[in-house]
Amino acid sequence: MGLDFSVVPSYFGLLLQGMGLTIAITTGAGILSFFGGIVFAVAALYAPMIIRLPMRGFAFLFMGTPLLLQLFLIYFGLIQFGIDLPAFVAGVIGLGLHFAVYNSELIQASILAVDKGQYEGARTLGLSRSQTLRRIIIPQAVRAVIPPMGNNMIALLKDSALVSVIGVMELTLAAQQAISRTYRPFEFYLAVAFCYYIINLALEAGLRHVERRIKASR
Amino acid sequence: MTTSAFVEIKNAAKSFGKLQVLKDINLTVERGQIVAIIGPSGSGKSTLLRAINELDPLSSGEVWLEGVQINRHLPPRQYEKHVNQVRQDIGMVFQHFNLFPHLTVRGNITLAPRMLKGLSEAEANTLAEEQLTKVGLLEKIDEYPSRLSGGQKQRVAIARALAMKPKVMLFDEATSALDPELVEEVNLVMKQLAEEHMTMIIVTHEMDFAASVCDRVLFMDQGVVVEEGPPSVIFQNPVEERTRNFLRKHLERNGN
Amino acid sequence: MDTDLILRVYPFFIEAAWVTIQLSILTTILGLTCGALGAAARMSRSWILRAIGATYVSIFRGTPALIQLFILYFGGPQIGIQLDAFEAGVIGLGVNIGAYMAETMRGAIESVDKGQREAARTLGMSRGQAMRKVILPQAMRLMIRPLGVNINALIKGTALVAAISVVELTYTAQRYIGSTYKPFEMFMLAGILYMIIIYVVGVVIAWLDRKARIT
Repeated sequence: MGLDFSVVPSYFGLLLQGMGLTIAITTGAGILSFFGGIVFAVAALYAPMIIRLPMRGFAFLFMGTPLLLQLFLIYFGLIQFGIDLPAFVAGVIGLGLHFAVYNSELIQASILAVDKGQYEGARTLGLSRSQTLRRIIIPQAVRAVIPPMGNNMIALLKDSALVSVIGVMELTLAAQQAISRTYRPFEFYLAVAFCYYIINLALEAGLRHVERRIKASR
Repeated sequence: MTTSAFVEIKNAAKSFGKLQVLKDINLTVERGQIVAIIGPSGSGKSTLLRAINELDPLSSGEVWLEGVQINRHLPPRQYEKHVNQVRQDIGMVFQHFNLFPHLTVRGNITLAPRMLKGLSEAEANTLAEEQLTKVGLLEKIDEYPSRLSGGQKQRVAIARALAMKPKVMLFDEATSALDPELVEEVNLVMKQLAEEHMTMIIVTHEMDFAASVCDRVLFMDQGVVVEEGPPSVIFQNPVEERTRNFLRKHLERNGN
Repeated sequence: MDTDLILRVYPFFIEAAWVTIQLSILTTILGLTCGALGAAARMSRSWILRAIGATYVSIFRGTPALIQLFILYFGGPQIGIQLDAFEAGVIGLGVNIGAYMAETMRGAIESVDKGQREAARTLGMSRGQAMRKVILPQAMRLMIRPLGVNINALIKGTALVAAISVVELTYTAQRYIGSTYKPFEMFMLAGILYMIIIYVVGVVIAWLDRKARIT
């Protein structure tokens, strides 16, 4: 059948829309995974047993099963509960929770690695345990794991392609729409791969910038 | 309940597991007094200091601050609030500074006053500038701790503690981690505090400094106070054999 | 919890798990091969090979695996490549994970103490001999755990072939969610099987790692 890239430009608008949604999903899920990671980490370390135990099980489950399967669960599972979420929201929640769990593991280790002297310095000034955690321990712990969390962000961007399977009109699904009209899968998937690659490069550059700024304040 | 004693420790005992680090210590510090605690490592001097602000609470015994006893037997939440409150009146300076690396010097000093005493940003900044001027580091106010030398870090740590207007200052081997040429600048600040009649309890290896600044010296060994008295007695004419041995070894090591 | 349903459908899940296992094994073999080639290319003396290696790693780690799969399976026929879904899955995922494994292997090789290389060369060994007799054996030991992490990700990554209708675990779970409207039960069934596979692989990796350290 051969290749004919000339069909691609006429679908730029569609692909651009898709890209916009990909960036939106990645950003939304990214933010959720960042703050979710902190919340889960603090809960995993400091919550009462009755919360910690189920959390360990939940984390185990989310790290031991494929993201795609989890997306199916969240999207269709919520419908079963009567919550009919738009696929976009289910996608952001699914991606966000998945990576929140991974980030939580990183942050937990980092919190435990903060020098004991930092606790002592803060408590000695009269700060309570929660004040110490909030203002002294967590900021340092999170700063220390920005690089690996950055890697998780990059993985998140690539995994955002999966939400096309539950019907979100991001880049991958946009490509599929174009393909259904032109019957040219190779050209469009290649174009889309290129788009992801560019967004990835931008994300990596952004992360390096953040890492450098954090180094400046150490 | 005794007289005008500022800090009082009665029958302090502390064990870490099976190891008994403090065995029945009694200590009274009057307002404005400067007390040095010296002794070999493992003698329990740091532990005693850290018991005063409940960093390592005593296994048994009492700690009194300005006529009020620190109550160790409250239910957990009340105990926490109680201790946090008490700690605002006790300043502590650590061997390894424990400055907060993610905050500037200004941030380090203003954090507690703003969070705990409700100072506004402007008030806290003025306070920070005051304290930094006192320790001679005003120009570093917007630097991060990582850019400071050891001596500068320790002076900032002192400023941070002073910003809370404590009633007593505890120094846990404040100069032990410093390069020799940086020790003097910290000693000067401590001398200055002494001249201002701050009540101070200083755990130190620096005998000269202790002799020149302190009103009383305690020699501790293996969890008990072996001897105590004014520096002239302790350093020149110690009564106890153990005290003499310790001082002799110390002099040999430091080639005085 | 609808246990009747679970008891009725689990045989299908076991069958599907078997497909997942097959995918995992074949993909791992392909991945290790591509990884070794990629790592070798990246560390070669020829700048052409180094560029090819770096490009391979950059492209396959910088774009979604799903897209790579789609290009191969849906776009392949346009350039004369006709694969069935299973084949496309193995090749697509294998080449993808190979890029990650190449970096893992390269990392392990580079983390072998520099002094080892120097000692070997000083004794008169050529670069190739030093690599084969001194560096690689030590690097192998260091690689096992991190490669285990890659394989862990790979097993979960096989779920992607559900999107091209290979009847593996995730596809099966989705199919039964669609027909029974019991997402939690189906998720648990598939999830437990995935975790068993991952656990067993983990045990094997740990055993290999221990054996490697004894020597």
